[in-house]
Amino acid sequence: MLFRILSRDRFRTLVETIMETTEVVAPKKVGVRSDGEPIHQFLPVADFDEMDLAHETTEHSAKTYFLPYRENLSTYAFSDDDWQQEVHYRIQPRAMVGLHACDINALLRLDKVFVRDHFPSPYYVSRRRNTLIIGIDHEPCEGGFCRSLGTDTVTRGFDLYLTDLGDRYFVAVGSDHGFDLLNQVGVAEISDRDTADYLEERKRIAGLFTTEVAVQNLPNLLDIEFESEVWKTWGAKCLGCGSCAMVCPTCYCYGTTERVSMDFSSGSKEKHLYACTVVDFAEVAGGHNFRPDRSTRLKYRYYHQHRGFVEAHDEPKCVGCNRCGRACLTGINPLDVIHDLQAEDEA
Amino acid sequence: MSTFNNAYDVSREAEMKEPLDFNRRSRLKHVDRVFKAEILNIIHLTEMEKLYQIRLLDPAERARFSFLPGQFVMLEVPGYGEIPISISSSPAKNGYLELCIRRAGVVTGALHRAQRGAKVGVRGPFGSHFPMEEMKNHNLLLVAGGLGLAPLRAPIFEVIDHRPDYGDVNILYGTREPAQLLFDYQYEEWGRIDDIDLRIIVEKPDPGWTGPTGMITELIGDLEIDPRRTFAIVCGPPVMFKSVCRHLVEIGVSMRRIFVSLERRMHCGMGKCCRCNVGSTFTCMDGPVFDYWAVMNLKEAI
Repeated sequence: MLFRILSRDRFRTLVETIMETTEVVAPKKVGVRSDGEPIHQFLPVADFDEMDLAHETTEHSAKTYFLPYRENLSTYAFSDDDWQQEVHYRIQPRAMVGLHACDINALLRLDKVFVRDHFPSPYYVSRRRNTLIIGIDHEPCEGGFCRSLGTDTVTRGFDLYLTDLGDRYFVAVGSDHGFDLLNQVGVAEISDRDTADYLEERKRIAGLFTTEVAVQNLPNLLDIEFESEVWKTWGAKCLGCGSCAMVCPTCYCYGTTERVSMDFSSGSKEKHLYACTVVDFAEVAGGHNFRPDRSTRLKYRYYHQHRGFVEAHDEPKCVGCNRCGRACLTGINPLDVIHDLQAEDEA
Repeated sequence: MSTFNNAYDVSREAEMKEPLDFNRRSRLKHVDRVFKAEILNIIHLTEMEKLYQIRLLDPAERARFSFLPGQFVMLEVPGYGEIPISISSSPAKNGYLELCIRRAGVVTGALHRAQRGAKVGVRGPFGSHFPMEEMKNHNLLLVAGGLGLAPLRAPIFEVIDHRPDYGDVNILYGTREPAQLLFDYQYEEWGRIDDIDLRIIVEKPDPGWTGPTGMITELIGDLEIDPRRTFAIVCGPPVMFKSVCRHLVEIGVSMRRIFVSLERRMHCGMGKCCRCNVGSTFTCMDGPVFDYWAVMNLKEAI
């Protein structure tokens, strides 16, 4: 990995230069919560000052720029007794600035499913390859347990990754594209002092983590506690609304719907993100539902996060951002659910 | 920024330009592009089920399209939707498929209204298959309940096409009522083939019914099964395959030699949409064909 030093001014120039030709998506303050805390979302920004890189977290994750809530998969043009299918992929370049380590680690997990597994998705590959990623280090967000999952740091999956050293940024260069961009705005080699300051800052951030969750034994625990009362307790609170999966940076399940235009000349097949907690997730033709209970559906959400994905990809799907916990309307929080499971196991 | 002027076009990848072949699982391809197929014949089976004989239109695609018994396709009716359907025909005819479809929802409703000559889309084949190679030189016990005869037809045809490779074959089939029996026009032929024994049972006989009455497990008791020389395929509703599989295990058939085909909701067939996910298992990728040991470990399946 190459490292460089970028002044604050030149970082501004870098982003402004990108903006001249390319859409830039970054954390933007969109409102204020009832407790006075600001609400941030990843949104297109037209001006450097619209970005707020001091954001604690974004309500929704960055995944929607790779797996949009709605995406056209194909279009059908109808003629008398025939049809023609058309498939398009999004190939417009885009830059995303201000992703945290958990956001980038989440993309690496999605890569495992959509790039490196069987049947790679050209829709995803196209969006991923056309997106420049500039990440940034940050202080732990409230309730985030990324450190327990090892996702508080990141070594790949980005073009540039910044650590704020006050008057300048310490930059990890993750791609030739990132390297070219830095050279265009002017950049300095790192000195021993820069490295020392960087290590000091990393140490300071690491020391701020207070939330810890024991996740190592979860695959086994989830099997053992499959019939646990814990699921009934938390399942009774679940509304089955799917908010958790919508904000999750690694939840990728979906459904498809087809529509026909009003004049019957065309049809479209659209993919929409779904959630395994929604009532008809596993309902099949004829009306049989394999998971009619909310508790079963909630359990399977955890099962996929911390057991199923581990079996398939050697690491949990969860990156510990706790967006699901913040978004849940009835206060279901992964910290509490996992805690209760662990307690059940020890009891 | 010069580097942003060259957008990456995934369609230009060499892999994407190769002919579409879903049997090449790890390659980048147009995963949502369908093979256009024509409905050649529609065969009325019962009040609820019809058999659709379809053929891929493009001769080159047809020649390349091959599947193994037990696999399924995603069948698309443009404008209506896409559904997983197990292949019900002989693998010997490339690019030619028989799909048995029960009228149950929007897409199947549209299909039941469709006429011969209509164009549908097909993606696939997907999923695991019955281990026909491994089953060679063994006796086969093929058990179907209700619509379960549809996925079982592919291995039956495979056996008939390669008859000398397999030992004795017992086919057991049960439905609730005689009017629900599928493919009744084929029983005569199957039953007359040497060393293929076909037995049919219904739960609720009608006045014209002369065959046995009861649950399908009652037919198994009458058979002489050599557990060391037998492979079994059991297709049907969970309650049925559960009791049949248990019985087979009791008489000594290895759990790894009993195969079932599971049904789940699917929107992709490629391990992406998660709708068929059971814990660690994707029914579309790891299944739909599982051996009984695997099914025992899918907590939700039985």
